[in-house]
Order: sequence, then structure tokens, then C-alpha cells
Amino acid sequence: MHSFFDHYNYWIFVILFVIGLYTVMSRTNLIKKMIGLSLFQISVFLFYITLGKIEGGTAPILIDDPNAVYSNPLPHVLILTAIVVGVATTALGLALVVRIKEAYGTIDEEDILQQEDAR
Amino acid sequence: MSSLISQAPILAIIIPLIGAPICALLRGKTFPWMFTTILSALSFWLSFDLLLLTNDVGRISYEIGGWAAPWGIEYVVDPLSAFVLLIISGISTGVLLYARDSINSEIPAARLGLFFAAYLLSLAGMMGITVTGDAFNIFVFLEITSLSSYVLISMGEKTDRRALTAAFQYLILGTIGATFILIGVGLLYAMTGTLNIADIADKFASVEDTRPIRAAVGFLIVGIAIKLAMFPFHSWLPNAYAYAPTIITAFFAGTATKVSVYLLIRFIFTIFGWDFSFGEMPLTAMLMPFAVLAFLSMSMVAIFQTNLKRLLAFSSVAQLGYMTLGIALATESGLSAGILHMFNHAIVKTGLFLSVGAMFYVTRSTELKDLAGIGQRMPLTTFAFVLGGLALIGVPLTPGFISKWYLIQAVLERGDMIGYGLVITLLASSLFAVIYVWRVVEVAYFKPAPEGAPTGEAPYTLLVPVWIFIIGMFYFGVETHLSVGFAKSAAAFLMGGGS
Repeated sequence: MHSFFDHYNYWIFVILFVIGLYTVMSRTNLIKKMIGLSLFQISVFLFYITLGKIEGGTAPILIDDPNAVYSNPLPHVLILTAIVVGVATTALGLALVVRIKEAYGTIDEEDILQQEDAR
Repeated sequence: MSSLISQAPILAIIIPLIGAPICALLRGKTFPWMFTTILSALSFWLSFDLLLLTNDVGRISYEIGGWAAPWGIEYVVDPLSAFVLLIISGISTGVLLYARDSINSEIPAARLGLFFAAYLLSLAGMMGITVTGDAFNIFVFLEITSLSSYVLISMGEKTDRRALTAAFQYLILGTIGATFILIGVGLLYAMTGTLNIADIADKFASVEDTRPIRAAVGFLIVGIAIKLAMFPFHSWLPNAYAYAPTIITAFFAGTATKVSVYLLIRFIFTIFGWDFSFGEMPLTAMLMPFAVLAFLSMSMVAIFQTNLKRLLAFSSVAQLGYMTLGIALATESGLSAGILHMFNHAIVKTGLFLSVGAMFYVTRSTELKDLAGIGQRMPLTTFAFVLGGLALIGVPLTPGFISKWYLIQAVLERGDMIGYGLVITLLASSLFAVIYVWRVVEVAYFKPAPEGAPTGEAPYTLLVPVWIFIIGMFYFGVETHLSVGFAKSAAAFLMGGGS
């Protein structure tokens, strides 16, 4: 039977994932929402990175040892793409928050809703 | 010629993708638009050739950079993806014909180059999702589409600042959806050791009884459902459609959600396989209630909208319910009804949003109260809208009737009480459609126009494309041979286990 800590790397992913998702849903401040969203995305990066790691595996560069165990480099390469996507999302989201601040004078979701209802 | 066709799968995507940065450098009111229209028409022509080709040979595989399939990235064009490619590039080209005057009145001229660059990116992304045969590639193209669509929606801010909050809301939900898909793909990779869709499908059976696979299926279905605006994940769609610039609403209404429907079909039928999706996992029982709730409740919500664009957006969510229902039936006739409705609804909804855009061009408002008497003020535009509305209801001679006819046939095939119940809900939902279309007709024809309201038809550059869509709609409502034939061959191909 596996103990709780055998897969602690996956638990870290799950905990970060849930914290991020909770932050996105529970905060009304748009910047805090963006922070939650980033955390949420980063947890998935960790998931991919930990996926490619093999116990006792070395860096995936060919060496002269026939018994060498290599970590899987593919998930690491994949996640580079996802990191770029994450950066773009954060930049775009923050740019939108700046424009929202200019248009509404606030970055709090409830204030924005109140302003729209009042119109 | 034949060498060009052999490169068509990649060319259809790479043309708009490379065009985007070039377009960002173009200046002026006409150049970016003209450039985008030409590229989109090129993609349309290529996808048309591809559709004809797949009709003859079935599945076309294209290896990017010449790397063999499970290791390299493979592009796959089969009857379904060729059909969806044609829908996307066709709608995009039609909308662009309309775009010039409409967008000039909504966006400052200095931003047009960048605007159309984002448009091309989102087109390339949607086409990419459709042809790629690589699961991770789907995520990458999905994010290309999504990021550019957040930008495009927020461009509506000059008309209404709520476009900003709508875009932000879509960004949050869209990113959550895409990240869910990313996790699902990661879990599939962890269990099968491959990212190639055909390869995953081959190895799927040997690992399907494991917990990571079940988690992967859950993440993927929920992630796609968010991007699809499947009820109850639809909350981003009405705002995004209501406040985006006209041509963007029309473009996305015809394509963005259709691509997600395509993804759902692709994952359920090609990757998981029928036996797993409907045997091991109770996907019928999971999807069907939401589909029924979608078209019942959203048709009802549409009745109470005061903004014409929002009304149509809610109706879109309802129509997506029909497509989901077709998929959830898990039969070949159900699937082909779903695919057929994808095509029919794309034409109808784009035509409708374009005619609303023409009203907006003249009156600068899409609120129903400002559109009183629009039937006398803009007779041609309003008549086009009413004809489109008939198709939403499902009146004979319109494509709406054809898809409902096939859907009801597919539902009755079940032959049990649930089947009959579903027919009743379908009819009830059509009845709601009568009411929400009638509300618009009433305002348009039977209410007096407010004093000093702007009167006069929209310019021909707007009217002609609207009527192209409406006449095309009737063409496919009467001459169903083409659309039904392609939908059926796509469904047969998917059910035949072909991958």
C-alpha cells in the first residue's frame, strides 16, 4: 500500500491547483483573481515537470554508461510552451485590468457591477 | 497543382498564421481588411479542395517536417475535420466581406492593422485545432484562438465599456477551461506515453480501466464544456457576444463554439472510443440532462432579453444544447444530426448577427426599445432578420427544420419513454423560439418608430453579405443533399472506428 507521502510531488500539484482555483472564484479584486489564475496555471506546470522525472534518472543527455536511466525530456519541453502561454495570459489579463481601471475607476468586481446596475 | 494539394493541410493554417504579423504592420482603412479577406479566401479555397479530396480517399495524413507520425507532429484531415474546416473558413470569409464599413465605424483606424492581425491569429488557431492530430497541439492552438479572441472582444470597448469586463470574464473562464484540457492531455500522456491522437486511441483500450484515465476524461470533458459554453458553463458567452464588435460576434457565433463541439466529438469518438465513452463511462446520462436543460432554460431566458444581441447569444447556448444532445444520443443518426446542426446553425446565426450589425450600423444601438419600427425604417435588413429567425424556430424550407427533423428522427430511434420525452422538450423549446422571435417581430413591425430615429437602409456593402448568408441558408434548407451527405459520411466515418 502506498503511503500518503509516496506521491508527495503530486500532492503539491493538487494543493497549489486548488488554492489557485479557490482564489480565482472567491476574490472580487481583479488583480487577486489574476494571481489565483497564475497560481492555478503554475501548478499544472509542476504537474508536467514531475511527470517526466524518473527515480534515479539523470539529465537526458547521452552518456557512456549502458545502464544509465534518463528522465523523460518531452514533458519539460511541452511545458515550456505552456509557460509562454501562461505569461501571455497574465500579460493580457493585467492589460485588461488596466483598461477596466481607466474605464470604471475601480478594480473591484462588485463595484463594477454596482456601477452597471446604477446606469 | 498536385504538389500544392499535398501541402494543403499545413497551408490552410500557415497562411493566416504568417499573415498575422504582416497584417499588424499594415496601415490605413482598407489595406489590413483587404489583406485579411484575401488570406481567408485562400484558406477557404484550400479547405474546399481538402473536403473534396477526403470525400474520395477518406483520411489524409500530413507529417510536419517529414518526421514520422507517433514522434513527429501529424496533421490529419478526415471527413469530419474537412467539414469543420470548410465551415470555419467559409464563415470567416463571408463575415470579412461584410467587415469593412462595419468595423470602421466601431474601431479607430489606427488600430485596424492590429485588430485584423488578431483576427487572423484566431482564424489560424481554430483551423489548427481542427486539423491537428496531436493532443498537445490542440492545447497550443486553443490558446492561440482564445488569447486573440479575448483581445477581439475587448475591442468593443469604444461602443460599450462592458466589453472590457466581458473579455476579462471570458479570459478567466477560458483559461480555466484550457488548463483543464492541459491536465487531461498530461494524464493521457502519462498513461499512454504518446501525444499522437491515433496512437493514444490505439493504446487507450489497454489502460482504460485506470483511475488516471478516468480523471483525464473528466478534466477533458469539463474543460471542453467550458470552451463550448455548454450549460451550466455558459455564463461568459452572452456578455462576450453582446459587447464584442459586430463582425467578431458574427464570426465567433459561427465558428468558436463549433470548434469546441468538434473537439468534444473528436475526444469522445476518436480517442476514448464509443465503447469506453458510452459503455464504461455514462456519458449519455451525464451530457443529456445538461443538453435538455440548455435548450429549455436558455430559450426561455432569451424571451426576456431586452438587448437583441444578448437574445441571440442566449439562443446560441440553446442551439448548442441541440448539438450536445445529438452527440449524447451515441448513435450514428444522432451524431450526424449534431454535425449537421453545427453547419446549419453556423450559417443561420452568422446571418442573424450580421443583420443585427446592419441595424446597429444605422441606429447605433441593439436595445430592443431603440429598434422600434425598424421594419419600416430598414425593410430589407429586418426582413433578412425575420427569415433567419424562422430558421431558429425550425420552419420548413429553412436549415433549422432540416436539423430538427434529423434530430427528432434520431431521438425517436431510441423508441423508449425517454425518446418521446425528448421529442416533447424539443418541441417546447421550438415554441419558446417562436416567442422570442415574435417579440422582435412585434417591436420591429408593430411599434411606432421613436421621434427623430435614424432611418434608411444600411449601405450595400453590409446588405449584400447579409443576404448572401440568408439566401445560402435557404439553399441549404431546400437542397440538403450536400450538407446532409457530408454530415452523414463524417458520422459514419467516426462510428466506423476509423481513426
